[in-house]
Amino acid sequence: MDFSDTREEAEFRQEARQWLSENAPTHLEESLASSGFGRTNTGDNDPLAEAKKWQKKKSEAGWACIQWPKEYGGRGATPIQSVIWNQEEGIYGRLSATFIIGHGMCGPTVMAYASEELKQKYLPKLSSGEEIWCQLFSEPASGSDLAGLRTKAEKDGDEWVINGQKIWTSGAQHSDYGILITRTDPEVPKHQGLTMFILNMKAEGVDVRPIKQANGDSGFNEVYFENVRITDDHRLGAVGGGWQVSLTTLMNERLAIGGGIATGYPEIKELLESLPLAGGKAIDNPAVRSKLADWHCKAAGLKNTASRAITALSKGDTPGPENSIGKLVAGSMMQDVAKFALDLQGLGGIMMDPEVAEGTARFQAMLMRSPAVRIEGGTDQILRNIIAERVLGLPADMRADKGLPFNKIPSGN
Amino acid sequence: MNFDFSDQEKLIRDQTGRFLGDNCKSEEVRRVLEGNDSYARELWSGLANMGLMATAIPEAYGGVGGGYLGLCVIAEQLGAHLAPVPMSSSIYLAAEAITLYGDESQKETWLPKLATGETIGTLAAVETVQEMTPESINVESDGKTISGTKLIVPDGGIADIAVVLARSTDGLSMFIVDLNEGAVSRTNVDTVDPSKNSASITFNGAPAELLGEAGNGWSMLQDIYDRAAVLFAFEQIGGAQKVLDMAVDYAKQRFAFGRPIGSFQGLKHMMADMYVALKLAESNCFYAAWALANNAADLSTAAATARVSATQAFQLCSRDNIQVHGGMGFTWEVDCHLFYRRSNYLTLVLGGLSVWENRLIESLSASKAA
Repeated sequence: MDFSDTREEAEFRQEARQWLSENAPTHLEESLASSGFGRTNTGDNDPLAEAKKWQKKKSEAGWACIQWPKEYGGRGATPIQSVIWNQEEGIYGRLSATFIIGHGMCGPTVMAYASEELKQKYLPKLSSGEEIWCQLFSEPASGSDLAGLRTKAEKDGDEWVINGQKIWTSGAQHSDYGILITRTDPEVPKHQGLTMFILNMKAEGVDVRPIKQANGDSGFNEVYFENVRITDDHRLGAVGGGWQVSLTTLMNERLAIGGGIATGYPEIKELLESLPLAGGKAIDNPAVRSKLADWHCKAAGLKNTASRAITALSKGDTPGPENSIGKLVAGSMMQDVAKFALDLQGLGGIMMDPEVAEGTARFQAMLMRSPAVRIEGGTDQILRNIIAERVLGLPADMRADKGLPFNKIPSGN
Repeated sequence: MNFDFSDQEKLIRDQTGRFLGDNCKSEEVRRVLEGNDSYARELWSGLANMGLMATAIPEAYGGVGGGYLGLCVIAEQLGAHLAPVPMSSSIYLAAEAITLYGDESQKETWLPKLATGETIGTLAAVETVQEMTPESINVESDGKTISGTKLIVPDGGIADIAVVLARSTDGLSMFIVDLNEGAVSRTNVDTVDPSKNSASITFNGAPAELLGEAGNGWSMLQDIYDRAAVLFAFEQIGGAQKVLDMAVDYAKQRFAFGRPIGSFQGLKHMMADMYVALKLAESNCFYAAWALANNAADLSTAAATARVSATQAFQLCSRDNIQVHGGMGFTWEVDCHLFYRRSNYLTLVLGGLSVWENRLIESLSASKAA
C-alpha cells in the first residue's frame, strides 16, 4: 500500500499543475472558496459567464472533458488522469457545475449512440462549454419508475412529433440541447416502448418554466412540449431501444454524482470545536462527541472508499461496487448534521439571514437543501434496491406491471 | 495511488481462509462454546505450523518480520471463521507489548515462543465493572512481585504469561508475569461469548518483571490498544462480511407469501444498510492497516476510526442477520448467535464503542493542537 503516484501519474500531475498555475482564474479563488452549499459564488461576476470563460480556456489548451477522444473535444486521457486532473483543478472545478450533466451524462450517451456526423457536430461545442446540455428524463408521474414515462413521440414522415411534460430538469433554462426520452409505443410493456432523442431546446413548442423549490431556490425546471418536431436522424439508438440508451446515461450519472460528495462533516466539526454549550464547549459534551465520532467515521469511510476506486482506476480496473454507497451515506448524513447544528443553537438556530445566523446560515441552507439530495439521481430507497439486487444479488421485487402493455398498467388516475 | 493489499497479502488471506474453512467449521467453535475445551488446540497448532503467529514478529526474535498488513488479513479471516484461539491476546496484545517495550532479554525470552504459539500470552488490565481509568487499577507491585485481582482477562485461563498493568511506587507500570509459576490463581468466567476463554486472575505476590519504563504504564497501554485496535477491527469486518453473506444466502432460499423473502424491500433495505456499514468500515480498516504498517503520525486517529466503524458494522450485521433469519435465527442450532456473541465480545474487549468514540475525538483534537 502506498499513496504516491506512479511515474506516469506524477508527470501528468505536474503537467496539469503547471498549466493551472499559469491559467487558473485566481481572482475568483476567494469567492469560490466561500461558495455555500449548492451555490457557486463568483463574487460580483456572472457565474454562467465565468463558467463558460473557464471552460473555453481549458478547451483551447486541451484540458476540457479530458477523457473524451481528441476528435470530440477531449484529450483521450485515462480515467486515472481524469481523477488527477479533478484533484489539481480543485476549487476551480466548482465553476463547472453548469456542465456536469452535459459532460457527465449527455456527452457519453451521444458518444455511444449518435451518428458520426452528429458527434462531430455536437460534442466539441459541448466540451468547450459553448453549448449547454440537459437531461430530460423525469416526469410528474414517473420519477423512480422512470420507465413509466408518458411524453409521446409520434412518427410523421421523417420527423417525430413530441407532446408531454418533463420535470426536475436541472439547468434547462440555460440549455441549448437535451437528451430526451419518450414513449413511442404504448401498446408494448413499458421498457420496450421507449425511444431517445437529441432535442434542440430552442425548437418551437419547447417551454421551460422554473420550479420554485421547497428551499426557495429554482435550480430545476418543468419543460413542456407542444408539437415539437425532431428529425429522425436525431434519434439515439433504435426505436423502442430507449431504455438501454438511458442505462448508459444513468450509469454515468451515478459515477458523476458519486465523486467527492458533500457530507457536512468539515462544517459540523468546525462548529462543534468552537460553539459554547452550557457547561463548556460543545466538543467536550459526551453526546456531541459520540455523534461527531460517527460522522467522522462516515466521512473518512467515503474518502477511503474513493481511494480504493482511484486505485482500481490506476490499475486499469473498474471500481468495485462499494463505490455505490456515496450518495446514500452523504444525503442522510448531511440532513442529520444540519438538524443537529441547529439544535445546538437554540432558538437562534431558526435564523436564515446570513448576516446574523451562525456561519452565514450554512447549516440552515443545508437543512433546506438536503431533502433533495436524498431524492435526486436515485432516491435512498432506489439506491438500497440497487445495492440489494445488483451488488448482493437478492431477487427483484414482484412487479404489478410486469409484462403488461404500458396502456393497461394501473396508474391510480 | 495503490490503496489495496498486495498479491502476496491476498495470498496469505486466501490461504488462511482456506485453512480455517477446512479446520474451523462451526462444530469446532461450538466445541469450545459448549465447554468441551478451553480453546481449539489443534487449530492453534495448525495456525502455528503455517507460521501465522510469527507474521509481524521481527526476524531477530523468531518471527517472519512480514509486517502488519499480512497480520491484518489474517485477523480478518480469524474473525470471519470465529476462530476460538488466543491470537488476539497472545499476538495483537502480549507480543506487541513486548516487541514495543521489552528489553533485549525479554524479547529473546518470550517473542520466539509466542511466535511459535507454544507460549500463549495475554494482557491483564481491567479490575472493575466500569470504564477503565487509571484510578481503577489497584493491583500492586513492589517492583519484584505483584498482588491483587484482575477481574476479567481475555484468554486468561489458557495463557502462560501475562503483561499486567499494576500500581508501583512510580505510578502505573507494566509487568510480565509467568502465570504458570506459583502464587497465581485463576478462575474461568462465564461471558456472552464462551467460545473465547475469559478468566479472573489473582496474584498473591507472584514474581513480576518490569516491562518498559516504570510509571509509564497507562500511556504504554494506550499505544498498545491503538495498534491492537486495528487488528481487532479486521476481525470485526471479517465477521461482518460473513454474517452479511449468511443473511443474503438465507433470504434467497427462504420463501414466504409465495416468494423468496429477499425480494421484500423491508429485508432488502436492511441488508443494503448492512452492506453500507461494512464497506465504510472496510475502507477505514484499509487506511488503518496502512497507518499501522507505516507507523503513520495519524495512527491513533486511523485506529479509532477503523475501530468505531468496524464495531458499528459487526454489531449491526450480526444483529440484523438474526432478524433476517426470523425465529430460526434465535435457535441454538443455527449459527447466528455465535456471531452475535462474538460481535459483542469484540466490541468490549478493548473498551466499548463509547470509549473508542471518545478516543477518536481526543486524537482528532490532539492532532489539531499539534
